[in-house]
Amino acid sequence: MRSLWLQVAAVTAINLKSIGQRRWLSLSTVIAIALVVIVLLAFLAMANGFQRTIAGSGADDIAIVLRAGSQAEINSTVSRDQVRLIEDGPGIARGSDGKPLISPELYLVVDGIKRSTKTKANLPLRGIGEQGTTLRKDIAITAGRMFNRGSNEVVVGKALLREFEGFDVGSTVSFGASRWNVVGVFEAGGSVFESEIWADLNVVQSLFNRNNVVQTVRARLTGPAALNELKSYSDNEPRLKLDVKSEAAYFAEQASQTSDLIQKLGWPLAIAMALGAVAGALNTMYSSVAARATEIATLRAIGFGGFPAFVGTLAESLLLAVIGGLLGAAATYLIFDGVTASTLGGNFTQVVFDFKLSPWLIAEGVALALIVGLIGGLFPAVRAARLPIVEGLYAR
Amino acid sequence: MTAEHPMIRLTGVAKRFTKGKETISIFDHLDLGIPRGDFIAVMGPSGSGKTTLLNLLGGIDRADAGEIAVADQRIDGLSEGELATWRAANIGFIFQFYNLMPMLTAAQNVELPLLLTRLNRKERAERVHTALSVVGLADRTKHRPREMSGGQQQRVAIARAIVSDPNLLLCDEPTGDLDRQSADEILSILQLLNGELGKTIVMVTHDPAAANYAKRVLHLDKGRFVERELAA
Ligand SMILES: Nc1ncnc2c1ncn2[C@@H]1O[C@H](COP(=O)(O)OP(=O)(O)O)[C@@H](O)[C@H]1O
Ligand SMILES: [Mg+2]
Repeated sequence: MRSLWLQVAAVTAINLKSIGQRRWLSLSTVIAIALVVIVLLAFLAMANGFQRTIAGSGADDIAIVLRAGSQAEINSTVSRDQVRLIEDGPGIARGSDGKPLISPELYLVVDGIKRSTKTKANLPLRGIGEQGTTLRKDIAITAGRMFNRGSNEVVVGKALLREFEGFDVGSTVSFGASRWNVVGVFEAGGSVFESEIWADLNVVQSLFNRNNVVQTVRARLTGPAALNELKSYSDNEPRLKLDVKSEAAYFAEQASQTSDLIQKLGWPLAIAMALGAVAGALNTMYSSVAARATEIATLRAIGFGGFPAFVGTLAESLLLAVIGGLLGAAATYLIFDGVTASTLGGNFTQVVFDFKLSPWLIAEGVALALIVGLIGGLFPAVRAARLPIVEGLYAR
Repeated sequence: MTAEHPMIRLTGVAKRFTKGKETISIFDHLDLGIPRGDFIAVMGPSGSGKTTLLNLLGGIDRADAGEIAVADQRIDGLSEGELATWRAANIGFIFQFYNLMPMLTAAQNVELPLLLTRLNRKERAERVHTALSVVGLADRTKHRPREMSGGQQQRVAIARAIVSDPNLLLCDEPTGDLDRQSADEILSILQLLNGELGKTIVMVTHDPAAANYAKRVLHLDKGRFVERELAA
């Protein structure tokens, strides 16, 4: 047993030390595997960044109320009467003045010009109630001030400001027939709200002629457990045909469709490339076995078994794969991690998010690389183990 | 040197190679006995089967018929794994092109056969030192093959062949790639291994000067041996 271990260790060491003699072919395999990992990780980091941005902005003790069956805010309508019924519903937290902590909100799409491409894109304009900012986490004004209630002023999310033209504090913007003054910039803990424009609900309602409806109602619950109370109240009240969800669940739903789609694009592409990399690895490793035929046969003649030759060859292939995988992960990290992208969110508006690698994603990338190395090394390793000694000795 | 217990005994050995549709017969019915402690030079035209004979004796190729016994052990019936173990204990190979591992030092090359034994690191190091001393390279342990002359490389290969103390050394044109002086050094070492340490040696060569170092010369031609005693 000890002898077998010594044999395997010695043959593996000999094998790995000889990689330098095949450096260009080996390098080409490393690069092919690295490219596979870069493509995979770029997509996964994109999906991950998107998911985290959106899902991360949701809380458990905030309820989102939409019309039943409307998947996204944009499809929803909630009437003034319904808002009143929700205000009186169970589980809704109240402020020190006894008023319910809710924010009816109107969500509209307006035009903006993208800085990078100078093309038009849809931007979300949100009219928020008095409690709009307190019902969200980590809202802070970073420049200028908050809009005044009752005036045609807006504040813009900092991600939106970064990506779109004309929203600097002090400027005036036109949405359809209405004109608005940009008075401030806000951040929202990196959440999706940073890609929105906010104004006073009443002003938005009147300037867009939507006086009696909102699209959602956001409410602070007395606790996460109160969600079910509010749900059953809504289900049992005929005048309320509404869906009640926690903000976290709502955002996770919104994000999962898009991030699933990104992953579904990324994996097949990466796997197709991986097949190419397997072909390259096979070629490299068969060449390696051929180049080492005399060495392998000499060791066998001395009395070494075939198994060490198998392990050594596989180890070489896996080493190239690990190097390729780590190189690919490092390259993805340097090129993409933290890079900002924007894409259509669930509400058909621009969501700004960062590519985000995680240790788990890197592990997935390296695992794919190892699979490439394993398949690419397995068959050549079998050949190495079975190489007839006489053939190998005179294979120079 | 007992006739009943020779080092090597071949009985009715046949060996054929098939290339495509063609089958060539190297040996048809070969008999051979080599006593313990002998030093045989095998000569003969190219393609006469000298290398094939060594491969059969060393258990790295199989005969199509007949019996092969080395030190009273039949090897024709052994499995691949058994043969590998047997080779490790009984055979030292020396090749024309040395077949050293280029990325290993002289000492590491010589140590390889000892990895198949139960010796610990310290014991292995002592054996390696002894073997390299026998071939006069005790001061070259850290050198890699490309840092050594052909003659030095072949001496490392000889050290590797004897380090696990096998009884039979099989040498295929060991001086075929060397200049005269290096060749003479190698042949002197082989002679010493035979004379002082009692190793039985079978050496294939096409060089009559090399054959002169052996005790006997066997001429292989058309699958048969023709023996001639050398004048000592
Ligand atoms: N593995 C093999 N496959 C087919 N033919 C072989 C093989 N090995 C040797 N031969 C043939 O057998 C003959 C004897 O070869 P070999 O023993 O190498 O001769 P020598 O060493 O005397 O020059 C040659 O004709 C050679 O071509
Ligand atoms: Mg030959």
